[in-house]
Amino acid sequence: MGMEQLVEKYFRPGRLPHIWCPGCGNGVITGAIVKAVDKQGLSKDEVALISGIGCSSRSSGYLDFNTANTLHGRALPIASGLKMANPALKVIVASGDGDCTAIGGNHLIHAARRNIDLTLVVYNNSIYGMTGGQYSPMTPKGSKATTAPYLTIEPSFNLLELAKAAGATFCARATTFHVPVMVDVIAKGIAHKGFSIIECVSACPINFGRQNKAGTAAKMMEWQRDHGVMKAAWDKMDDEKRAEAIAAGKFPIGVLFETNEVQEYTEAYDEVIRRAQGGK
Amino acid sequence: MSKVLLLQGNQAVVEGAIAAGVKFYGGYPITPSTEIAEQLAARLPQVGGKFMQTEDEIAGLGAAIGASMGGKKSMTATSGPGFSLKQEMLGLACTSEIPVVIVDVQRVGPATGQPTSPSQGEVMMTRWGTHGDHWVIVVSPSSVPECFWLTIRAVNLAEKYRVPVIILMDEVIGHMREKIELPDDYSTVEVIDRVRPTCKPEEYLAYGTTEDNLVPAMADYGSGYRWHVTGLIHDETGFPKGTPAGTVNALNRLHDKIYNNLEDIVTFENYKMEDAEFAVLSFGGAARSVYEAVDMARAEGLKVGFFRPITIWPFPENAVKELAGKVKGILVHELNYGQYVLEVERVVAGKCPVTLYGKYDNESATPQELLAEIKKAMGR
Repeated sequence: MGMEQLVEKYFRPGRLPHIWCPGCGNGVITGAIVKAVDKQGLSKDEVALISGIGCSSRSSGYLDFNTANTLHGRALPIASGLKMANPALKVIVASGDGDCTAIGGNHLIHAARRNIDLTLVVYNNSIYGMTGGQYSPMTPKGSKATTAPYLTIEPSFNLLELAKAAGATFCARATTFHVPVMVDVIAKGIAHKGFSIIECVSACPINFGRQNKAGTAAKMMEWQRDHGVMKAAWDKMDDEKRAEAIAAGKFPIGVLFETNEVQEYTEAYDEVIRRAQGGK
Repeated sequence: MSKVLLLQGNQAVVEGAIAAGVKFYGGYPITPSTEIAEQLAARLPQVGGKFMQTEDEIAGLGAAIGASMGGKKSMTATSGPGFSLKQEMLGLACTSEIPVVIVDVQRVGPATGQPTSPSQGEVMMTRWGTHGDHWVIVVSPSSVPECFWLTIRAVNLAEKYRVPVIILMDEVIGHMREKIELPDDYSTVEVIDRVRPTCKPEEYLAYGTTEDNLVPAMADYGSGYRWHVTGLIHDETGFPKGTPAGTVNALNRLHDKIYNNLEDIVTFENYKMEDAEFAVLSFGGAARSVYEAVDMARAEGLKVGFFRPITIWPFPENAVKELAGKVKGILVHELNYGQYVLEVERVVAGKCPVTLYGKYDNESATPQELLAEIKKAMGR
C-alpha cells in the first residue's frame, strides 16, 4: 500500500497537518508504525497507541487507533494497565528519548523487567525538541544544547543494552534513513510476545542540528546512512574493526536481540488467577 | 444474609472494592495503607481481577488509569508521600474523565512525617493537590463499616460522573479493627457501571454531552469505538482545542457535571442536632471521639450536636450554611493545624463564631479533651 493509501486508512481525518518542523524524523517513524501495523494485518480496533509528552508523542493524536497522549514519561505505566485490562489489544507505545529515558526511565526498566507485551517505539532525536533543544540522556557527550552551552559532560545511555539488561526480550534499532529496516523491526516487535523496544534514530535539524552544526536535514540523514550498520555486517566485523566502528560513532541496526524463553507478564498473571482460584 | 467479621478499615475498603466490582489495582507499598494492596493482591485474582505492584506511586495510579481505559473498574491506595507523587496523574484522570478511585490513608506529614500516626493534613491537598482548576469528589469514612460502604459508593460515583474519587482516611480508620456486617452475596450490592456508548462507532463523539447530561459515554479501548485521551484541553471530539472559549467550555463542564449534582453527591450525618444550640463539625478519624464528647456535654445539660461531613469535597455548603443559621457557634475539630476550618469560615461567613480545635500531636483527641474544647468555645 502506498503512503497515500496508508494515510487515508490509518490517519485520522482532519488531524493533519502535524506540528513537526520541516526535516523532522517523526513523520518517518510514525509512517513506519502504520506500515508495520499494516504489514501485520491488524485492524485499527485491535491496536492501541499510547504516548507520553513531547514532539514525538503527538503521533498518537494523528493515528486512528485507540490512542492516548498521556503525561511526560508516563506512557508505559498507562499502557501496562491497559494491556492488563485487555491483553488482546496490541499496545504500541510512542516515546521520545527524553520522555523514555529521563523522566520515564524508571518505568522503562520495570516494563522491560516484567516482559509485558508492549511494543515501545523510541523516537530518538538526541534532544528535547518541544522545549527547544535541551540535552537528554541520549544526547551524545560533547554536544551543544541550550542547557549545555559549553558542551554536554554527561555520557549518553546505550538504550538497547539498558533495556536488554533490564529484561526486554526484543531489542531492535533502525534509523529514519533505513525505512524498510524500521518497518520490518517494528512489525517484528509487534509480533513478538513480550516487551519489545525499537530505537528509531532520528534527526532534529532545528533544535539539535543547528546548535551542533550538523548541517541540513538531508545531511543529518546522510549521517544516519553512514553510521547505521546492518547487523549482519556488524556481526561479521572482527573485534578490532568493531572497536574502530564504535569509535567512529557507528552502531548496529536491525533486530539485535530476541528471546522467547521468558514468560510474558499478562500470561504469567493468568497463572496467578488460576492459583488464586484453587487451580494449579 | 450477612456475616459478622472483625476487620481493619483497610480490609473493609478491600471488601468494598470487590463488592463494587473493582477488577484492577495498581499501587506501591506505603504505610499506613499497605494492607489494602496486600489484601487486594489476594482477593482480586480470586474474582478474575488483576493486581499489579508498580515500580512507584506514579505508575500505580497510571496503571489504574490505563486499566480503566480498558474498561475495568480500577483503583489505587497510598498515603501522604505517595499521594504527593500521584498528583499529576490525578489531574490527567480529571481532565480526561477516567473513572478511578484513590484511597489516601493519611499519616503525619510533611515528607516522611510520622508514618504510623494519624493526621488529616491532606484535606486541602485532596481538593487542590493537582495543578490547574479541577474538581474531584472526596469521601471520608469514620468507621470500619463505613469504609466498606463508602468504598462502594466511591467506585459508583467515579463511574457515574467519570471523575477520580478519593477516599480520605487516616491511620486510625485504616488500622482500627471493628465489628462489621458484610453481605454474604456481593451481587446484592447496588453498583453503578459507567455509561458506554450505544451509537454506531463512527457516530461516537468521545466527549459529546447534552444539556441534561454532562457526563459523556465512555467506550472501552478495543471495543470498536476508537477515541483519544489527552491531558491537553480538548473539545467534545477529545482532540486538543486551546481557544479561549474552548478552554472555558471544557472547564465549565468538568465543574458543572459535579456541582449540578450536589444533592446526589454530598452526604453528611447529623447527630443530636435537632435541638442543638452548639455544633461540633468533624470528619473521618477525628470524628470518632465526637459522639461521646457530645453525649458527655448533653449529660451536663449543654445542648450540643454533631455535624459530620461524609462527602468532604464538594464541601457541604448548603448544609453548613443552614447549620450556621441555627446554632450559636461551631467548633471544627480536625487532626491538623487548621485546614477544613478555613472552608467552614468561608461558608459560615460570620453568621456564628467558628472555633478551631486542631490537633497535630500524632494522636486523636479523647472525648474528655474534646469536651473541654467544646466548653471553652461555648464560654462555659
